Amino acid sequence: MSEVLKVSGVTQRFGGLVALDNISIHIGQGEIVGIIGPNGAGKTTLFNVITGIYHPTEGQVFLEDTEITTYKTHEIAKAGFARTFQNIRLFGKLSVMDNVIAGMHTRRKTNLFDAIFQTGRRRREGREAQEKAEKLLKLMDLWEDRHSLASSLPYGHQRRLEIARALAAEPKLLLLDEPAAGMNEQETEELREMVLQLKQMGLTIFLIEHDMKFVMNICERIYVLNHGVLIAQGTPAQVSQNQAVIEAYLGEED
Amino acid sequence: MFLQQLINGITIGSTYALVAIGYSMVFGVLELINFANGSVYMLGGYLTLMLYTGLVGSFGLSFGLGLLLTALVGYTIDRFGLRRLREKKVPKIAGLITTLGFSQIIENAVRIFFGSETKPYPNMLDFGQVTFGNVTITSSQVIILMISILLMLLTSVTVYRTKMGKAMLAVSQSQEASQLMGINVNGIISLTFMISSILAAIAGTLVGMYYQNIDASMGASVGMKALASAVLGGVGVLPGAMVGGVLMGIFETLGASYISSGYRDAISFAILIIVILFKPSGLFGRKQINKV
Amino acid sequence: MNKIFEFCAWHSGKLTVGALALAIVFPFVFTSSYVLRIAITVLMYIVLSLSLNLLVGFLGQMSMGHAAFWGIGAYTAAILSTRLNLSSLGTFLAAMVVAGLFGLLLGLPVLKLKGYYLTVVTLGFCEIVRLVELNWMDLTRGSLGIAAIPPLNFFGQIFKSSRSVYFVALVLVVLAVYVVHSIINSRVGLAVMSIRDDDVAAASIGIPVFRYKVMVFIVAGMLAGLAGAFYAHYISFIDPSGFTTSASLDLVILAIFGGQGSIPGAILGTTLLTVLPETMRSLMEYRQMIYGVIIVVMMLVKPDGLLGRVNFKYIRQRLQMKAEKEAKA
Repeated sequence: MSEVLKVSGVTQRFGGLVALDNISIHIGQGEIVGIIGPNGAGKTTLFNVITGIYHPTEGQVFLEDTEITTYKTHEIAKAGFARTFQNIRLFGKLSVMDNVIAGMHTRRKTNLFDAIFQTGRRRREGREAQEKAEKLLKLMDLWEDRHSLASSLPYGHQRRLEIARALAAEPKLLLLDEPAAGMNEQETEELREMVLQLKQMGLTIFLIEHDMKFVMNICERIYVLNHGVLIAQGTPAQVSQNQAVIEAYLGEED
Repeated sequence: MFLQQLINGITIGSTYALVAIGYSMVFGVLELINFANGSVYMLGGYLTLMLYTGLVGSFGLSFGLGLLLTALVGYTIDRFGLRRLREKKVPKIAGLITTLGFSQIIENAVRIFFGSETKPYPNMLDFGQVTFGNVTITSSQVIILMISILLMLLTSVTVYRTKMGKAMLAVSQSQEASQLMGINVNGIISLTFMISSILAAIAGTLVGMYYQNIDASMGASVGMKALASAVLGGVGVLPGAMVGGVLMGIFETLGASYISSGYRDAISFAILIIVILFKPSGLFGRKQINKV
Repeated sequence: MNKIFEFCAWHSGKLTVGALALAIVFPFVFTSSYVLRIAITVLMYIVLSLSLNLLVGFLGQMSMGHAAFWGIGAYTAAILSTRLNLSSLGTFLAAMVVAGLFGLLLGLPVLKLKGYYLTVVTLGFCEIVRLVELNWMDLTRGSLGIAAIPPLNFFGQIFKSSRSVYFVALVLVVLAVYVVHSIINSRVGLAVMSIRDDDVAAASIGIPVFRYKVMVFIVAGMLAGLAGAFYAHYISFIDPSGFTTSASLDLVILAIFGGQGSIPGAILGTTLLTVLPETMRSLMEYRQMIYGVIIVVMMLVKPDGLLGRVNFKYIRQRLQMKAEKEAKA
């Protein structure tokens, strides 16, 4: 099984604060892997390191065989990682359709010259983008909303649109930051089905989630992070019986 | 020569500092550049003069009344413009355009009611001068500097030591949280506008007396320099605005005498741009980690 | 109001042609040189406000130094035509290139800055450019200005009558509308608007944010430079007092008033704000002040500008969707 993502010995410090301490993880082609942990454990920070928003103090990040530790965010996206955000970040004044087409940025080539001189490439790409967006929107059940402003969508739809936008980039790895947050039970169930569908399409997924049922149901492997330290990893069954994990979660409650 | 220019620079710079504090304070609580602040500075100078020559006859009383009126103008800008925008939660740029609009209104109202020609200004601070070697210090310079320092201290104490100032700092952190803590957010913001207007009006009057003339366009250029000073020092940080203002005054006086007087204003802006490029948060500002 | 917008969206093609036809007929109906002078001014400001809208409305970057590019274009054209006797085609192209270069020079270092830092640096840039124009006597003749700039001339034809100048200006507007429209309705434009709405998310889908910002800065600078070159030939005398920071602030107001990120908004807003003061001639001295009041009131009533929240493309798409559904049912 070839590895899509490999994080090796990553440490991230902010001033005196150690947000991530010597983290090593790997994700193989076609896997769905979850990362859980109490609030402030460093999960989103890890996503930010992987997607180049932060550059780690120590350690390396690989996409397949390429080291991307020092890549900029947009270069990493082009190389093949796409993500969603914990607090949804859509292009609010663009339509649902345009959000998805914007997501195809790295897969299209129209440049300023094509734009101004209305070249054939521009027209052809425009048509292809429409068709591809239609597929993605239907997949994420957003087709009816296609011409609404992204900011006007209900919450659950916004989450799904973020996923559709990330998919539009045709990523090798999809990173989902709390995709079910704020969703009710039914919406979560719909989301679960969509994610499973994505897996069947051969996508590799790495997700942060607080909803335990969701994670346990869907992930093949789970990493557990606490205070920036990786305290456990394994199958959902292994992790849920791990003493350190139980303590970390119990410790959070009191 | 150098020392003389330095003293002149510090004097004029200290008045920039007063105006810069206003930019910095308003930016602190609202994250908004109040483009009307320069016009308020000019208005303050005018009101004192017009009250003095036209109505009251006593300079002190005119000055006091002038400050009161400018504070009222500052209050109006917030109360009848910006507060309504806040209530509607509109994009920040609307606030910025609103202050530009108020700036237009103030500047043109002054032209209409007081005339657009340059007016002579009485210097009430002239009690002679002292000369050491080839350096001359006038009483105006000493008094301007002293008043400015006093006001800076007063503002700093108000903001950092009093309950009201702490409320201001709280509002600048989070309006919602402050509201929940029982702070009268709108009241604090109005107060911020009034304080910044008063400081600007005092500066306008001092500069009028120092140069012994005043005109309606002085607000725009000083406003820009003061804004630049605030950014140079680090926006939202009061001591930064003060140091920034004084430095700006020094740069432009030295630049004017050693490089070229025509490029007086360009020099201070060039320095500002260079500083921002290397330290975007200004000299005293804190660097922010962008949260995702 | 919504009905009107829907109507406009549905018939946008026809309306555009109609507006253009009206603009072509206009100088034959109104022949007074006073009216034409205002019309020419409106057209030139539309080019400026469209170019600034590209920056402020579509890219979301608050530049307060746009008059500098206008001035750079004007001086380039004035110098080249008075000293080298270049024709207008040459001076227009040169003005665009020079203004674009300054856009690049300013953009490279400053576009990493955010929010008010960019605002202040661009203000400073405008002031520095003005002071250079004022002090570099050999090149610009300082405050004396450059006089006797030859009138517009293309391919040996001289455009001196108000009507012919009007048509040159109209061509520039059509060109600017076309360029801005083509850009925003392409992959490039989507990237640009994504950056405006959320730059972190834009980077996360592979958009090189900085590169696009510089690109838009250059294009906006070029269009402003073009307007400057036109202005120099039209007015035949320029001095640095026209290209001040307060002129930059006025341009920002023009760009925002009609609606950020809206081409029809930019045209409508610019026309209103330029024509309105002219209709108040009897109130001559109150004019500027009333202008200020209009701006304040406008922001209170419609903080996004006249058409800031109206996206005709999306309205049309929604109408189409509705029509398709009804056809099926």
